[in-house]
Amino acid sequence: MNFQLTEEQIMIQQAARNYAQRELIQDVIERDEKAIYPTEHIRNLAELGFLGMLVDPKYDGGGMDTVSYVLAMEEFSKVDSSIGVIISVNNSLVCYGLEKYGTEAQKEKYLKPLARGEITGAFLLSEPGAGSDATSQQTKATDMGDHYLVNGVKNWITNGNTASVYLLMAQTDPGKGHHGINALIVDRHAEGITLGPHENKMGMRSSDTHSVQFTDVKVPKANRIGEDGFGFKFAMKTLEGGRIGIASQALGIASGAYELARKYAMERKTFGKPIIRHQAIAFKLADMATEIEAARFLCLKAAWLKDQGQPYGIASAMAKQYAADMAMRVTTEAVQIHGGYGYVKEYHVERLMRDAKLTQIYEGTSEIQKIVVSRAIESGDI
Amino acid sequence: MRVFVCMSYVPDTTTKIRFKEANTQLDDASIQWVINPWDELALTRAVELKYDAASPVDEVEIVMVGGVRCEPILRKGLAIGADKATRIDVEPLDAFQTATQLATYLQGKDCGFIVCGIESGDYNEAAVGGMLAELLDYASVSSVSSVQFDGDAPVYQRDVANGKEQVKVDGPAVLIVQKGFARVPKIPNMRGIMTARSKPLDVIPAIEVEPLVEFVEYAAPPAKGRVKMLNTPEELVRSLSDEAKLL
Repeated sequence: MNFQLTEEQIMIQQAARNYAQRELIQDVIERDEKAIYPTEHIRNLAELGFLGMLVDPKYDGGGMDTVSYVLAMEEFSKVDSSIGVIISVNNSLVCYGLEKYGTEAQKEKYLKPLARGEITGAFLLSEPGAGSDATSQQTKATDMGDHYLVNGVKNWITNGNTASVYLLMAQTDPGKGHHGINALIVDRHAEGITLGPHENKMGMRSSDTHSVQFTDVKVPKANRIGEDGFGFKFAMKTLEGGRIGIASQALGIASGAYELARKYAMERKTFGKPIIRHQAIAFKLADMATEIEAARFLCLKAAWLKDQGQPYGIASAMAKQYAADMAMRVTTEAVQIHGGYGYVKEYHVERLMRDAKLTQIYEGTSEIQKIVVSRAIESGDI
Repeated sequence: MRVFVCMSYVPDTTTKIRFKEANTQLDDASIQWVINPWDELALTRAVELKYDAASPVDEVEIVMVGGVRCEPILRKGLAIGADKATRIDVEPLDAFQTATQLATYLQGKDCGFIVCGIESGDYNEAAVGGMLAELLDYASVSSVSSVQFDGDAPVYQRDVANGKEQVKVDGPAVLIVQKGFARVPKIPNMRGIMTARSKPLDVIPAIEVEPLVEFVEYAAPPAKGRVKMLNTPEELVRSLSDEAKLL
């Protein structure tokens, strides 16, 4: 077993760390407070290659492995998890889905500009009545011969406004249940698409979240991904990789909060000594450090399996559930260690605590991940 | 036009410094090495000039004196955008030995100019750049804040008291640069990181040079005194007068 990172992996980790600690930190509080999308940062990160870092260079991507992706996601999310989710959705849902299952023509037209970061993408699965139960898709993609006619509403769409390309899941043949769902590539500016208002979220406020309404939107048949009825499988397979991204994001949120709490505990004195010398605080930090390390190993293991071409769905579900729940615990303790200072915005940890909550909810709740793991236990896969 | 950037490697600023051999050597067992920050700025600007259409610079080569452990540092330099790296295979012992190794390699090489960071972040001697210019018999231009071009001829701008100074030099010069030569170090992009391994990294043997400096003993700086929080100007005056005896 080799825990040594390669030179390239270290360089990517350092590049992400440098950008986060040097640039993202400067306006992260203001962007969170005013819910401002990080347009300039996304442009810079696209130039650095992070928006399509997992994509094969022949499609203009960075050609990096998933381990590097975990390292970068952790570094960005330590400072700004909204950046983390924008990068994660673009890389591990949109670009990955197109690269793995798209046609050459689709890759040429959509994947290349996405990988270059010239445009971003969004993944449209959730609906007002279909969150964890993603099989209950109500959005219709009616087969009209040479095109589909899409009607319905999608909810909680990250990059909903700023994306140029949507990967949309919609029901074509309700009689077939989830085997009737198709995955379609839709131009964000197609006629018949209207956006709901920007969601005023508790955390991840610098990311752009909307509901999206489709009214008689025409989508060419050439924009369907895979065979007729492949959409649900496409979504589930793509989300397996997406979970590595969100798990790494949760890991970053936790390690960012831990680093701030550690620094504070070394400096803050009560009863004549730094609070890290009080066992009540020291043991909290010890638990935080250990849990973060455990989550990091789960994330890296899932990434390594994916890079080796081995099944990674169970590993990514474990990583996502553990890292997200751990991030909630660790950020809550980080606020506690800061005391009153932790409850005000300038110390960052309250934001990280708000951000952590979402990692337990989106791209499959912690409960859904436990369903994935427990079914694998029952079937004997683990 | 080819530009050389002389680079050194230094401990990361968060490194805990320890000594060994009765405090006569730096204990480098757990040190994370990074590009010397001033050299990183020098490289950043050199690479920017390469991509500036108005500049004749079309090739950037890094030269470093160091053992095999500095190769990851050199590859980071290649990832940032240098075209080639050369490692002179010996550990640097003092400024004279380092400058002599660099001068031996650079002597007679066709180039527009050579850039050195003003000093290294560990020993802070600020000596190699000036020594290198002397050994090569090139002009040395210090405190360079920018490089412009008059046709193909470089014009160096220096920060001087109350203003700027424009300098032209016959033949190559050694530029000694500090903060301001580039705004911030360039972060390597994915393509740079991917292509770094395919760029040439030559290793050449060192010549025999005896260092002029012997390090007798290292000592850690004294521990910082306690911080005392004062609440009123009167307390400050009393403290400066009665305790620090400065008034």
